[in-house]
Amino acid sequence: MNIFESVRVAWGGLVGNKLRSALTMLGVIIGVAAVIALVSIGQGARAMVTEQIQGLGSNLIMVTPRGGAGRLYLQDVADLTSRVPELAAAIPDLTRQFTVKWGTSDYSTTIEGTAPGYEQVRNQNVAEGRFLIQSDIDQRRHVAVVGYKVYTDLFGERDPIGEQILINGSSFTVVGLMEEKGQGLGMNYDDRVIIPISTAQRMMGTNRIATILAQAKSSDQAAPAVARITAIYEKKFPTQNPPNDDAIMVQSQDQILSTVNTATQTMTLMLGGIAGVSLIVGGIGIMNIMLVSVTERTREIGIRKAIGAKRRDILAQFLVESMILSLTGGLIGVLMGVGLGRLGSLINIPSTVSMASIITAFVFSAAVGLFFGIYPAMTAAVLDPIEALRYE
Amino acid sequence: MSPVATPVIELRQVAKIYNPGEAAVNALDHVDLTIEEGEMVAIMGPSGSGKSTMMNVIGMLDRPTSGEYRLLGEDMSRKNDNQLAEERNRRIGFIFQNFNLLSRLTALQNAELPLLYRGVPGPERRETSRKALEAVGLGNRMHHRPSQLSGGESQRVAIARTIATDPAIVLGDEPTGNLDSRSGAEVMAIFQDLNRRGRTVIIVTHDEQIAHHCKRIVRVRDGKLVRDEVVSQPLVASPGTMPFAGAGGGRG
Ligand SMILES: Nc1ncnc2c1ncn2[C@@H]1O[C@H](COP(=O)(O)OP(=O)(O)OP(=O)(O)O)[C@@H](O)[C@H]1O
Ligand SMILES: [Mg+2]
Repeated sequence: MNIFESVRVAWGGLVGNKLRSALTMLGVIIGVAAVIALVSIGQGARAMVTEQIQGLGSNLIMVTPRGGAGRLYLQDVADLTSRVPELAAAIPDLTRQFTVKWGTSDYSTTIEGTAPGYEQVRNQNVAEGRFLIQSDIDQRRHVAVVGYKVYTDLFGERDPIGEQILINGSSFTVVGLMEEKGQGLGMNYDDRVIIPISTAQRMMGTNRIATILAQAKSSDQAAPAVARITAIYEKKFPTQNPPNDDAIMVQSQDQILSTVNTATQTMTLMLGGIAGVSLIVGGIGIMNIMLVSVTERTREIGIRKAIGAKRRDILAQFLVESMILSLTGGLIGVLMGVGLGRLGSLINIPSTVSMASIITAFVFSAAVGLFFGIYPAMTAAVLDPIEALRYE
Repeated sequence: MSPVATPVIELRQVAKIYNPGEAAVNALDHVDLTIEEGEMVAIMGPSGSGKSTMMNVIGMLDRPTSGEYRLLGEDMSRKNDNQLAEERNRRIGFIFQNFNLLSRLTALQNAELPLLYRGVPGPERRETSRKALEAVGLGNRMHHRPSQLSGGESQRVAIARTIATDPAIVLGDEPTGNLDSRSGAEVMAIFQDLNRRGRTVIIVTHDEQIAHHCKRIVRVRDGKLVRDEVVSQPLVASPGTMPFAGAGGGRG
């Protein structure tokens, strides 16, 4: 008997018990769909985070104190710019949440103190008006550049240029509006007000800065730049090893990217693994039903053997039955998983359906059918014809 | 093969012992039996005398505990399960008291089944089985399932399943046991026709009337052969409405 005949015979067996076959298949369908949907979501999250990190700017290097109150000053920005030739630009950064008032509306947002060069480093330009200039920093001017969300939410899309706003009680003149950039890494780049770093330091009562954002001249220059900056700070704070609160962390965008990628990769694997368990449960369902089916059809097996079916014919019949269950379940599961992934994308859960996850889930479901089908099929194949015929 | 020289079936000191030990049952107690090609034999005996056991050994559904079984001169005790399955498929047609049809399948599909396991391609299989069903007068019941058939019709489907494989030997274990006398006669007519066409036929029966349709009657008691008689004037079953045209599935 060839494989096509086996499939025909097995199909007959399954169709003879439609509801049971469908329910058994459901276990595999859910398992496969869950694997694909969850892996898609994991991969989607990874793609999104990657995109967001890349959206921070290009060839970025972040210099941050390890402890909260690290000794990083405005002077460091100038130092790095002059001592690290691989850098194209470097800007200070100091942020805090404050309430901003305009007229009668008030609004809590992020106040970011920085300096010219921000546009280049952050890869975000002003849409209207102007950005900060060096004299704003030097003279600690009370000028502000507002983000797009502040423009829409606080000003209701009225032209903000020239308006007076109160930030933490002191008055600022809006001189510019940033172009829209969107969200990323848990923050909204549009939900902020940019002011001169010197003004921000005065307002926040500190002479330090939170971060230096530097930009390497090219992606090749990023690694040497990181090495040079690290060397500078190791010399400046020799207690760096082991790291303490003085330690300065120097990280390139690529390093951050690979750290985050490792994390999301682990998350994806975990999600896939959890879903994989449900696929195995589906496989146990197949085994269970196949065992029941073999017992129920003992007489049928006896008849088939009496008229000349060999062990391998019976084995094939039942094994093909469980394979049909798992493969059809797998196929429907793939379609459902892809559908769920799409649905996720529609309701803003990022998801990326990859061919690899589809193939893996499908192959895995076939393996489940084979693995959990083999025992019941063997049980059927080795039945003694006489005893099987006598079975009531 | 030379049919005159080699008996179709040869049992030599065949024993079948169930539950060896304390409660051992000698279902077959060193039986010697030779059946030549073209014979039509009835096996009779009281309940529990070992008739079914003997048929199962002859039909290779069961192996004897000891002794030698030769089918067409070949020693079957040396064959493995797969080879026995093949021998069953090629040489033996088994008819059971309770028909043993697959309830899910139509008459035609049931009749096709042995040819499926023989590896006969679909179209040829269907053609052969169709002819076999027509031969037993069921040309108009091809697509009925066993639940839609009478007992006599079901048994004729089982016979068609046998005919389709063109077996050398037809075995019937109480083939008329579940049938009324009319259906029983129809079945016997088919058996006689098969025998006339050269097949060796062996049936188990409790019915003297049925047995006297055969050319020879073997009587069994307690697993032993107790009498072996020739029927001088076998009864002829009226073929009734059945014009029987043999269908060939290709022997060997
Ligand atoms: N699987 C078995 N296990 C134990 N004993 C068995 C088994 N099969 C048959 N026997 C015994 O072997 C003996 C012969 O049984 P068998 O079925 O051959 O009788 P039979 O002549 O066909 O009887 P009947 O006319 O009632 O069908 C009986 O005593 C029976 O109880
Ligand atoms: Mg019996």
